[in-house]
Amino acid sequence: MPGIQATYLGMPLQLADLDHENLDYFRHCAAHDFHLQACAGCGRLRYPPTTACPWCMTLESTWRQVEGKGAVHSYTEVHHAIQPAFREHTPYMVLLVDLDTQKGEPTPDEALRVIGNLCMPDGRLAPPDVVKRVGIGTRVRMVFADVGEGLSLPQWTIDETATQPTNVWRYPQE
Amino acid sequence: MPLPRQEVDATTPKYLRDKYAIVGVGETTYARGSNKTTRALGTWAVRNAILDAGLKPSDIDGMLDYSGGDSTSATFISGDLGLRLNYYMDVVGGGSSTEALVGIAIGLIEAGCCKTVAIFRSMNGFSQVRIGGTGARSAAPISGDMLHNRAYGWQSAGQSFAPTFMRHMYDYGTTPEQVAHVKMFHSNHASNNPKAYYKKRFTVEDVINSRFICKPLHLLDCCVETDNATCVIVTSAERAKDCKHPLVLIRGVVGRCNKPRLDMHYQHGPISTVAGYYAKNILWPNSGVGPEDIDATGSYDAFTFTTMLQLEDYGFCKKGEGGHYVSDGTIGLGGKRPNNTSGGHLCEGYTHGMNMVIENVRQLRHDADDYCPIGPDGKRQHTYDYREGGCRQVKNIEVTANLGWANPSTASSMVMRRG
Repeated sequence: MPGIQATYLGMPLQLADLDHENLDYFRHCAAHDFHLQACAGCGRLRYPPTTACPWCMTLESTWRQVEGKGAVHSYTEVHHAIQPAFREHTPYMVLLVDLDTQKGEPTPDEALRVIGNLCMPDGRLAPPDVVKRVGIGTRVRMVFADVGEGLSLPQWTIDETATQPTNVWRYPQE
Repeated sequence: MPLPRQEVDATTPKYLRDKYAIVGVGETTYARGSNKTTRALGTWAVRNAILDAGLKPSDIDGMLDYSGGDSTSATFISGDLGLRLNYYMDVVGGGSSTEALVGIAIGLIEAGCCKTVAIFRSMNGFSQVRIGGTGARSAAPISGDMLHNRAYGWQSAGQSFAPTFMRHMYDYGTTPEQVAHVKMFHSNHASNNPKAYYKKRFTVEDVINSRFICKPLHLLDCCVETDNATCVIVTSAERAKDCKHPLVLIRGVVGRCNKPRLDMHYQHGPISTVAGYYAKNILWPNSGVGPEDIDATGSYDAFTFTTMLQLEDYGFCKKGEGGHYVSDGTIGLGGKRPNNTSGGHLCEGYTHGMNMVIENVRQLRHDADDYCPIGPDGKRQHTYDYREGGCRQVKNIEVTANLGWANPSTASSMVMRRG
């Protein structure tokens, strides 16, 4: 499989042709169809892509379709971007999202915690008024930012169809 | 011919307690714009540490150092100083490396590889490779596994650690004001440290009113970026007796102890718990002391939050009460257990952990280099007046703990005592 070079927000992104795990992961994302590795031994899903199962050390895995839905577990809201590409997008949010799938397994403190920015449904970074609506507990659904052939980034957007908690937790100072 | 079996009891770590010492400490000035190479800075700091110990160049036969591709190898530093080494190793790493390398140095001497080890970190963390991540590091192409972090604008230490900090506030009700006290206390300490890059005292309000970098971090919750080199010298307690200063003995060491899933530690919670939770189970039994025995701490302050999280997870207070612990006066000079009496990374300078160990060595010698007058015997006459521009020596200090931090999932630590 050939490697990938692409540009996202002006940043060069690269995947080497030997990086089979990441190439497979992002190829599914490019089809807007989220997949994670399922262990051939114990069957557990894992994130991000790895070369063995962190629970049973099995090397073999298969790609399994996973529903991109969950709730914000924690986040940061970046006001001072250090990467030039993000400067015009501040404040932007980085969300750590607990997927509903496999939450609390195999121990209560574990979850598939998938990173992503807060985006609009089309995959563009969310503007400040939308950022202010989101905090710990917000229900989100996965969308994709298309980068290039075989490469899209999974992102998060507010799940407008879900029942949102009455109070999401946001840092006390706006 | 088969060798006879030797019965070795390797089940207890206790036999290394007090067997090794830190005999020399040295640093360059803390600057923003050193106008020197990391080679020149490293040479300067290692030389200072050798002179501080009262050792000859020929006494140093081991060298360890750490960097992230932003420094100079031991091969050049040792060559420049005319040292012939029996062991050297350049290690990849930043925060948490200091205590971890002290552990390696002890192992090397135990194994008979060498006798006296200089450990250094040399960096132009402001003028060359900026520790905050701006400049060269943020412009580099994003490849492979980095697509899961840097592609999301999730790159710098502050951005990467923030979900831990934020979740601690959510889980335990920790407030921005409580955590801002860390900067206030450390800046008070720095005002009594002639070496500190920032000597100005800051209030809690100053921190809260400074601009946001990435929530929950304001500018003044973040450490300073500086250019400097630092060095500590480790040898056996036996050899240390011939050195210049009162003995500072190593009680126990933990090196780069982890939370599960180092590849992406947020997979395993609670994410408001840090690696000190695991490291404490090595540190206290190995050292034969507990948090209540510690007179001063050096809890890594890359950010105000890192100091708090580590003190909490090493058991200096109950889980969740870190916000109270860092704001009730305990960690200030004159308090029950001062933290980072030099001003630490928030104020003195950023060294990836080394300056906090250097400070505790000087504290245990009862020789903190503050503004107190030098007496006729050439020794500093400590006043224990901790007002601005005064003393920063902790009175009757006997035992310290350094709590090193790489990130929420990696911790190193060390207990030292006055010999």
